[in-house]
Amino acid sequence: MCLKCENISFGYKKNNLILNNVNLSLGSGEVLGLIGDSGSGKSTLCKILAGYENNYQGNVSIDGKAIPSKGYNPVQLVFQHPEKAVNPKWKMKDILNEGHIVPQDILDSFGIKKSWFNRWPNELSGGELQRFALARALSPETKFLIADEITTMVDAITQAQIWNIVLDIVKELNIGVLVVSHEKKLISKLCHDVVYLDDINTV
Amino acid sequence: MGYMENMGNMGNMENMENMGNMENKTKTTAKEKKKTEALLKVENISLSFIQYASGLRQTELKVISNLSIEAHSGEILAVVGSSGSGKSLLAHAILGILPSNAKLDGKMEYNGQQLTPEKKEEIRGKEIALVPQSTNYLDPLMRISNQVIGCVEEKNEGLMKKVQRDIFQKYDLKPDVDRMFPHELSGGMTRRVLVSTAVMSSAKLIIADEPTPGLDEKTLNETLSYFKDMANRGCAVILITHDIEAALKISDKIAVFYAGTVLEVANVEDFKNNGENLRHPYTRALWNALPQNKFQAIKGHQPMQDEVIDGCIFYERCSKKNELCSKGIPQLKSVNGGVVRCNNVS
Repeated sequence: MCLKCENISFGYKKNNLILNNVNLSLGSGEVLGLIGDSGSGKSTLCKILAGYENNYQGNVSIDGKAIPSKGYNPVQLVFQHPEKAVNPKWKMKDILNEGHIVPQDILDSFGIKKSWFNRWPNELSGGELQRFALARALSPETKFLIADEITTMVDAITQAQIWNIVLDIVKELNIGVLVVSHEKKLISKLCHDVVYLDDINTV
Repeated sequence: MGYMENMGNMGNMENMENMGNMENKTKTTAKEKKKTEALLKVENISLSFIQYASGLRQTELKVISNLSIEAHSGEILAVVGSSGSGKSLLAHAILGILPSNAKLDGKMEYNGQQLTPEKKEEIRGKEIALVPQSTNYLDPLMRISNQVIGCVEEKNEGLMKKVQRDIFQKYDLKPDVDRMFPHELSGGMTRRVLVSTAVMSSAKLIIADEPTPGLDEKTLNETLSYFKDMANRGCAVILITHDIEAALKISDKIAVFYAGTVLEVANVEDFKNNGENLRHPYTRALWNALPQNKFQAIKGHQPMQDEVIDGCIFYERCSKKNELCSKGIPQLKSVNGGVVRCNNVS
C-alpha cells in the first residue's frame, strides 16, 4: 500500500500559501522522517494527510484511490499534546476504546495498567496519556500512522520506551509511519529515509 | 588572561578561595562577584494538594517532598526530569501561583530575604519572571503586542511599544505579528513571543518552564542563546526542561528531578565521557536513553503521587538496588562537587 499526496497547496489566506505543490509518498512498513522549520507547514501537511483539513488543493490517495470520508480512517494522526486529543470528561477506558477495542497484547506492550482505566485524563502524565493515544490509533484497520512530534513533550526514557514499542507494533502490522520531529538525531535513529519540507515545498 | 582580569576586579578573599575549582570555566566578572550567595535558595520544601476523597473526607496528595535547590546570579540551573516530576510545580511555588488547595512547607529565600506569599506577590513579574510552559498561557482574545507589553501607564506606552518592537525584531517576529491573535502564530512563533515577555521585564531571576519544545534547531539555539545572554547580564536563570541536550549546551548545573524530589545535582562536565561521572543510576539511564547515545529505555514508570513508597523513590527501576534501598529514603549527600540521593554512591 502506498499513501500519496500530490500537488498539495494550502493557505489560510488566498495570497499567503503555507504549502505549495507538495508531493510525498509513504509505503507500508516504511518509517519516513519529516523535518522542517517551525512554521513551515509540517503540522498542516499532517492534518491534510489524515483528513482533518478539507480546504486544500491537490490529491491525497491510498493506492490511487481517494480516502473515504466516512468510516474508519486508515490514516491516523497522533498529536504532540495528548491532553488536547482526549475528552477531559471521559474516563481513560472510554477514551482508549473510542475507535476499537484495544487488544490486551497492545496494552501490555505499551505498559498500560488496568489501574489507570478509571482515572480522568488530568490524572495521568503526558507520557502516559500519549501511550493511550497511540494504542487508540493503532487498530488493525490503521494502515498509516502520522506521528506529529509525539515525543516532544516527554523525557528521554519515556521517548525511548514509546518509540521502541511503536516501531515493534508497526513492523508487526506493516503500518507506514511518518515521523515529524525537530530532533534530527531522533529521526536518524528511527527512520529509513528523511524528507525536508523545505525541499518539497516551493513556497 | 580573562581569568586574571576577573581576579583583579574582585579583590575579595572569599572569592579567591573559590577560584580553584573553576580553572577551566570562563566566567564573566558579573558572575564571579555574585558567586558566593545564592539569589534564590529553596530548602527542603514539600508540596501537597488537599483533595476530597469521598464525601467530606479529605486526603493529602504529596507531589513534592524534601526538595532543595539554589539559583545563583549569572548562572543557569537546568532542572530536568520527566513530566509529573514536579518541575513546573516548583516554578509555580516560587512565584506563589499555586492553586488554593495546595499546601507548601519548607523555606524559600530570595536575595537573603524570606520569600513569603506577600513578598512573592510583590516581586513576581518584576524581579522574578516566568516563561510559561504551555502555549495556552496567551490570551486568545488579545493582540500579541498588547499582551507582551502588559499594563503600562499611558505616557510610557510609546516607549514600551518601541522596546517590544526591538525585541520582536531580535527574535525575527515581523511587524505584522504585533497585531495578530495567538491562534495565527505557529508553535515556534508562540515560543518566541513567550520568551520576549521575559526579556521585556527587567527581572533578576528568570524561570523558564519548558521554553524549547517544538522549536527547530536554529530557533532552539537562538532561544538558548538568549537565556545565556540573560545569565551573562547577571540574571539567575532556572531552565526547566526535559531536553538534556539543550540543557547541556548552556547550563552550569543540572538538577535531576524524579517523582517530586531531587535525585542529583550534577555539573555539566559530569555528562562528558559517556556520563561516567554521573552519580545517580536514574541520571545515567536518562543519558543512555538519548537517541544519539544508546536509545535504551529502562522498564517501568515514575511512581504515581498516590503510591506510598517507603524506600528510595527509584527503587523499582534501579539496577543497583540492595536491601537498604527499600528501607528509608536515602539522604542527599555531596559527592564530587555535586549532590546525590543514593545509598550506593560514595
